[in-house]
Amino acid sequence: MKKLILSTTLALAAGVASAQDVVRIGTEGAYPPYNFINDAGELAGFEIDLANAICERAALTCTVVQNDWDSIIPNLVSGNYDVIMAGMSITDERKQVISFTQDYFPPTASAYVGLSADVDVLAGVVSAQTATIQGGHVAETGATLLEFATPEETVAAVRNGEADAVFADYDYLAPLVAASNGELMFVGDRVPLGSGVGAGFRQTDTELMGKFDAAITAMKADGSLNALLADWFKDRAEPPQY
Amino acid sequence: MFQSCADPGALSDVMWMLCYLTTGKHMNLYYAFGTVLLLLAITAPLALVFGFGGAILARSRIPPVSLIGKGYIAIVRGVPDIAFFLFFVIALDQGIEWLRHRIKCPDWGQDIWQGNDFVVCAEAKMPLSTAAQSVHETYAFALAVVTFAIVFGAFAANVLYGAMQAVPRAQVETADAYGMSPAQVFRRVIVPQMWIYALPGLSNLWMVLIKSTPLLFLLGIQDIVYWARELGGTATPQFTDYPHGDWRMWYFLFLLVFYLGFTRVSEIVLGRITRRLSRGQATMAGEALRKVAT
Repeated sequence: MKKLILSTTLALAAGVASAQDVVRIGTEGAYPPYNFINDAGELAGFEIDLANAICERAALTCTVVQNDWDSIIPNLVSGNYDVIMAGMSITDERKQVISFTQDYFPPTASAYVGLSADVDVLAGVVSAQTATIQGGHVAETGATLLEFATPEETVAAVRNGEADAVFADYDYLAPLVAASNGELMFVGDRVPLGSGVGAGFRQTDTELMGKFDAAITAMKADGSLNALLADWFKDRAEPPQY
Repeated sequence: MFQSCADPGALSDVMWMLCYLTTGKHMNLYYAFGTVLLLLAITAPLALVFGFGGAILARSRIPPVSLIGKGYIAIVRGVPDIAFFLFFVIALDQGIEWLRHRIKCPDWGQDIWQGNDFVVCAEAKMPLSTAAQSVHETYAFALAVVTFAIVFGAFAANVLYGAMQAVPRAQVETADAYGMSPAQVFRRVIVPQMWIYALPGLSNLWMVLIKSTPLLFLLGIQDIVYWARELGGTATPQFTDYPHGDWRMWYFLFLLVFYLGFTRVSEIVLGRITRRLSRGQATMAGEALRKVAT
């Protein structure tokens, strides 16, 4: 799928790029507004714009490629790409396998969405995406966990009555609730989970991670990260800011 | 695609649908049909080659050679397809990179396995990380073809092995009586006549192969089922010009029609091949053909 490539070409004075200079960034492509496939069939979203901005600052040539969520960490550690930027929350469990940069999306609450306000999210059937902190959280409550491979399916399960509620990142659910004309609504309490969203690297790849970390620090300092956040997370009353 | 698609919200239903079905995202779906057909076109003959090789090995009178052939058939037939796909592709990929690493970076200081990480030098990456995304996709596709061919080759080997044994013994004895060597008997008598016995088994394999193509997504290749799910899912207006509800049912219905149509065409073609191969054979079908002809 040639169309799925978004490459930031910085051919400036670098001359012929050596093999190490092309950074492949893996993303899920199914998690708007973080990352998704637009009508043109190309990857788009907050993280794609952010990746391009980081690579421009760090003078790296980057290619964003798509990989399904289930195998996104195994494919990173086996070297199919070098970075994960896929709305992945920083957690201690993941840190045992990969390293994270500082967060580029602040720690946020996860939320439940259902079809009516009287859903009991702690005892009913709750859908969540496989291998997410939300799935882990639901399993710890009294609710019955219903797992799906993609985020879209977790919400579809609520719409067709398979699940009573879906538990996911607030910022993934907010645009869906806003567009549903009152069909979907937030229910229950919000739950703060994870330590924000960061870019994931192989634990051995400290040099590249340093470059990304420095670029994120710079983008936080000059407000360009806030501008990107404000641009992509419009469905919140106050977009997340640093 | 069309100029008039600039503002889909203002279009009539028919034009909206036309514009919707020709977005770049839908082109990926149509492109994926090509990928699936290409996979079948390459895998089927390759699996037949693997099967033929496996059957010849299994028939060998030299015990170790025969054991290799029979081992291949038994192991691959016995392991679930999904387990084989998940294991073999990763193992093959890492094996290739490990070999290239050994050749290209013999004096690399670090370990290849560091904790969870599989790290080889940049020159040993397969394909190189500088390579265009199309190269990465072609490589993944080639791995998929080889894996499919090995799996279906094992089943084909078993079918062909049985078919070779099914050629009437009288035919082989007659060839012997004419003074043909075992190789000549195999080439001139067994192989030309075995196909009619192999065909029912091979046609089953072809049907199963067609239906296995959604396994492609396991190998990181976005096939038609992936795109049907992606395109059919609810599209919210914030992220698309063509918002719609849950249309997965319609997309999957389309796939159902596609697969049914494709297998129906295959059945018709296989029926013709059976008829053709039965000609002159000492089988019921061959006898029926002979009676009609005289």
